[in-house]
This record gives sequence, structure tokens and C-alpha cells, in this order.
Amino acid sequence: MVEEVIVARGLTKVFNRNLVAVDHVSFSVKHGEIFGFLGPNGAGKTTTINMLITVLRPTEGTATVLGYDVVKQANEVRRVIGVVPQEYTADEDLTGYENIILCADLYGIPREVSKKRAVELLELVELTGFKDKKVETYSGGMRRRLELACGLVNRPRVLFLDEPTLGLDVQTRAATWNYIERLKEEYDMTIFMTTHYLEEADTLCDRIAIIDYGKIIVTGDPEELKHSLGGDIITISVKEDADISDLIRSVENVKEVRNENGSYRIKVESGEVTAPLVIEALRRNGYTVTRLSLTEPTLNEVYLEYTGRSMRDTEESKEAFRSQRLTIRRARAR
Amino acid sequence: MSRANEYHPSLLRGLWALTVRELKKWLNDPVMLLMLVIQPLIWMGLLGKSMNLGAMFSASNLGNIEVPEKIPIPGNYVTPPANGIIYVSGIMVSQIIQQMVSDIGGNVMRNVFGVTDYFSYMSIGMISMIVMTTTMFSGMSIVWDRRLGFLDKVLSTPVPRGAIIFSKVLNATLRAMLQATIILALATIFGLQLSQSFTLLNMFGVYAAIFLLSVGLSSVFLAFSLRSTKLERPMQFVSLITMPLMFASNTLFPITLMPGWLQAVAYVNPLSYMTDALRQLTILTLDVSKLITDFIYLGFFAAVLSSIGIMLSWRYLSK
Repeated sequence: MVEEVIVARGLTKVFNRNLVAVDHVSFSVKHGEIFGFLGPNGAGKTTTINMLITVLRPTEGTATVLGYDVVKQANEVRRVIGVVPQEYTADEDLTGYENIILCADLYGIPREVSKKRAVELLELVELTGFKDKKVETYSGGMRRRLELACGLVNRPRVLFLDEPTLGLDVQTRAATWNYIERLKEEYDMTIFMTTHYLEEADTLCDRIAIIDYGKIIVTGDPEELKHSLGGDIITISVKEDADISDLIRSVENVKEVRNENGSYRIKVESGEVTAPLVIEALRRNGYTVTRLSLTEPTLNEVYLEYTGRSMRDTEESKEAFRSQRLTIRRARAR
Repeated sequence: MSRANEYHPSLLRGLWALTVRELKKWLNDPVMLLMLVIQPLIWMGLLGKSMNLGAMFSASNLGNIEVPEKIPIPGNYVTPPANGIIYVSGIMVSQIIQQMVSDIGGNVMRNVFGVTDYFSYMSIGMISMIVMTTTMFSGMSIVWDRRLGFLDKVLSTPVPRGAIIFSKVLNATLRAMLQATIILALATIFGLQLSQSFTLLNMFGVYAAIFLLSVGLSSVFLAFSLRSTKLERPMQFVSLITMPLMFASNTLFPITLMPGWLQAVAYVNPLSYMTDALRQLTILTLDVSKLITDFIYLGFFAAVLSSIGIMLSWRYLSK
């Protein structure tokens, strides 16, 4: 058994000679793990996946899947992988059942086998009752599940999920996570996925790589990354309009203080112990604490730590505009 | 646990799967099927029946020419010569003239169009036109496939790349063949005169000619659609190219009566050859040597254009 299922070395994709979508990315995915690419829209996640699934040819660098080179042995790679794209690609004019059979045909699976599998897979994703309904009548969650079923029809050893819950509501998203975890167990697969939802990466992934502007910034398992921040975060606001960063910094065990528009983000070893000390220090100096919260670090803090920007901020800002333009230009370039 | 990775997709298997997908899209769609019938019906009804060139030469168009009851003729103009003036019955003269006009009309039609009624001539031209537009437009679905991500998904499967391209070409061709059959059947009901030499076997020839033109046109058009990022572009291209192709050919009017420069275009236009092949096989008395020329040209056209088209698409798909 290959221990390292996916290995990428200096993987790079340049569109139109000047648009670097993926910039010398290296990582490896171990057998049986769920590996996630986390990053905002336009960070290069889908481009990376497209290179790994042999749809795009890398400009530079190499990648192997189960030991097969994605360029030189593309056909071997295609046979052992399953792909669940970001878009709903099932044919709307066909039924769910027909769509799975179509996918199976593309893998050359004999009809007697694929018919059995289609029934099995539809059962698995709980679409049996809708198998003979046209896909145009399906809801978003149902389509997502159908895409999953299609991606599994060749019993892949590596499954690629591109933004598996994009555009789904919270409940459907949680249900989809459940499916993914069950499928992984049932089929003994290695999963490579991309997402820009922090919760998703946190819940599903064994290891994540944070990617931004086409570069991997940090790799590790979510817990480890959170721990690497070195403890809890206290967020505090005071009534008075003054900079109290230095005062807080003088308190014992405070590691770092950041002023975020009047509220202070304090990194400490243990929130429970340090918070009372901070309040005490502030009160002694005549400040009134108006708000205090204590959080264990989330991936958002991790993201903030490594990119200097809040993941959520990027969605609504110049970055969003930039990434949107990147996406459009990428589409045009093709 | 059993693994499925021992399966290999063959070109034919993949081709058939993808073609069936396309076929289901319109064969299961009653509105679409209805459109396939209505479209040629409108064309035939409007163009075929309104531009009734044959009727132009019919005697009834002479109806309002005044013919006097008696026509005076000087005696030395008749044989044997007579004295003074003799009178001929106007009705008789009128009948003779009408008969002659009719004969002339028929001859003109036969010499120009090969048949006496323009409707038959035009109906076959209509088949050509619809084969051409259908073929071009159905290549456009690949733009959608790409937009919706279906193409990328198919590209990530081991299905041979050729199957992806051929399935589009095959779909276009099958659709054109079905439409041709419908038009021919409808036209026959509305008065198309099949020639004496027509048998059902000729239909195979008709399909072969349609196949060759469709394969050539759709592969080039497919490559073009695949490379254009805007859905509008291929549509603009189709509307730009169909009119000139149609008029610079024998689709609606014979080439021999065109000015020299237009003839030159019409003689390289593959549409002319397909239309002629179809006419030879259906409404004209079959001229085998002409038919062979038609098929050689169409075969050449299909081979060259599909090679170019498939090569371009291939390069794009393996990017």
C-alpha cells in the first residue's frame, strides 16, 4: 500500500503567461486521511484540484496520485480517482439513476455491474425514492448527494471534493459532512477536499493546508494549528477612549495584544487564569470593562495569525473583488 | 472489498454513452420534437409555396390579355394564299398561345431546375439548409457543457478524449438525418414529385450525403465553439455564415444562371454537392456520374474538415 497517496512538488499553474493561480505548491496526503485546502475564493484551490484530477496541465512541478504521474500517466490516475466538482454537473434532463449509469459508462463499467452499483449508491445517499425523477426537480442538497454518488461509481481509492457544501444551508451542510465521513469509512478512501468554510475544514479534515494567493502558508492538523497559537483568546472592550495595549501587555502571562477597532484581542496561555488579572489591572487604572469574551482558538484565529487578515473579512473586501476577477479571467483564459 | 479499477472504457462504449445522453435530451422532449417538425414546415410553406416559379409560366397568367373575337389576316400570309382578308377565330389562337406558353414554361423549368415544379426543387434545398443549421447549432451544446462543469467532470474520467468530440458530431448528424426524413415525408405529402428512379434504397444514399456534410461542418464548428468563451460568439458565427452558404449554392437556385464570381463560390461550396446528391437521389432521374462526383467531393470535404476540427478540439481538451 502506498503510504503517501498524493504527492505534489512545486506544482504551479500560470494562466495567460502572467496570472499565477498556483505558485510552487508542495504537499503530501497520507493514506486514509481527509486533507483539506482552506482558503478564500480565488486562492488557487480549484486550480490545484484540476491539476491533480488531470483536467489542467501544470505549468511547472509534478504531482502523483497513488504513484501515477498526473501528466504522464493521466489515464491511470483517472481510473483510480473519483471527482465531485464544485458545480452541479449532473444532467438536468436525465434522471438520477440515468446520471449514475452515464458516469459508470464513462469508466467502462459493464452494465450488469453498474446497474447494481447505481441502486446501491442511490440507497447510500438516500435518493432511492427519486431515482426516476429528472434531476431538474432535485433540490440543492439532493443534487450534491447525487454528485457524490456519481463520484463514487468507480469505487475510487482517492476522492476529490471541490467545495462540497458550497451554497448549501446549514442543516444540509451538516448532513453532507455526515455522508462524507460515512463514505470514507465505507469505501476506505483517501479524500482531498477544498473549502472556504472554516467550520467545514475543522469538522471534516484530518489535516489542512491554508492557501492564499496561490501559496500554501501553513500545513497541519486543525487542532495542532490551533494549539500552535499557544492558548486562548480574550477579547475585551473598555468604556474609555484610550489605547490600553501597553497596560494589558504588562499583565502576567499575556503573550500578545492586538487592537482591533477599539476591542483588544489578547493571546494568553490560559484564559480562565489571566482574564481576572486583566480586569483587575484595568480597574486599578480607572478603566471600566464593558465587554469581555473568552474563546478557545478557532481556525479563524489560525487564519488570521498566518495571513494577517480575517478569513471572513476577505469575503467582503477588495480581496473578494480581486478573487472574483481572477475567477472570471481564469474562465476567459480557458 | 472488490475494486473496480480493472475496467477500461473503450472508445465505442464512451462514444455511445455520451451520444445517448445527447439523444435523450431531445428525443424525450416533446416540444423539441415538435419544433423539429414545425421549423421545416414553416420554411416549406412560406418559401416553397410562395415562390412558385413554375406558376409564373402557366397559361392562367395570360388570362387578361385581350384577344379579339376575330383576327383579320391578309390573304397572302396564309397557305395556300387567298384573296383579300381572311378571319381566324380568336379563341383558337388564344388556345394555341396558351398551350405554347405552357410548353415553354415546362421546358424552361426542366432545363433550369431539372424538374417542372419549383416546390420539389426547393424542398430538397430546404433539407440542405436545415441539415446545415442543425449541424452547426448542435455543436454549441459543448459551450454549455463547459460552463456547467460537465466537460471538466468528463475530462476527469478515463473516457477516451475522442469519444467526447465524436459524440457531439454524431449527435448533430443523427439529428440532421431525422430532420431530413421528416422534411422529405412532409414535402411528399404536400406535392413533392419523386422521380421514377427513386426507391427506398436511395434513402441510404441520402443519409450518407447528410452524414458526410454534417461530420465536416460540425467538427469544425465544435472546435470553434470549444475555443470561444462567449456563448454569443458561435451564434453570431452561424448566422453570419448560413445565409452566404445557402445563396452561394444550388440550394434555392441553379448555379448555371449565376454570375461568374458567384458560380466560382458555389462550385467549392460543399452545400451545392450535398444538395445535388440529394436531388439526384430523390427528384431527378439519377445521373450516376454526377452522383459519384458529389460523393467524392463530400468525402474529401468531410475528411479534411473533420481532421482539422478534431485536431483543434483534441489540442484544447488535452491542455
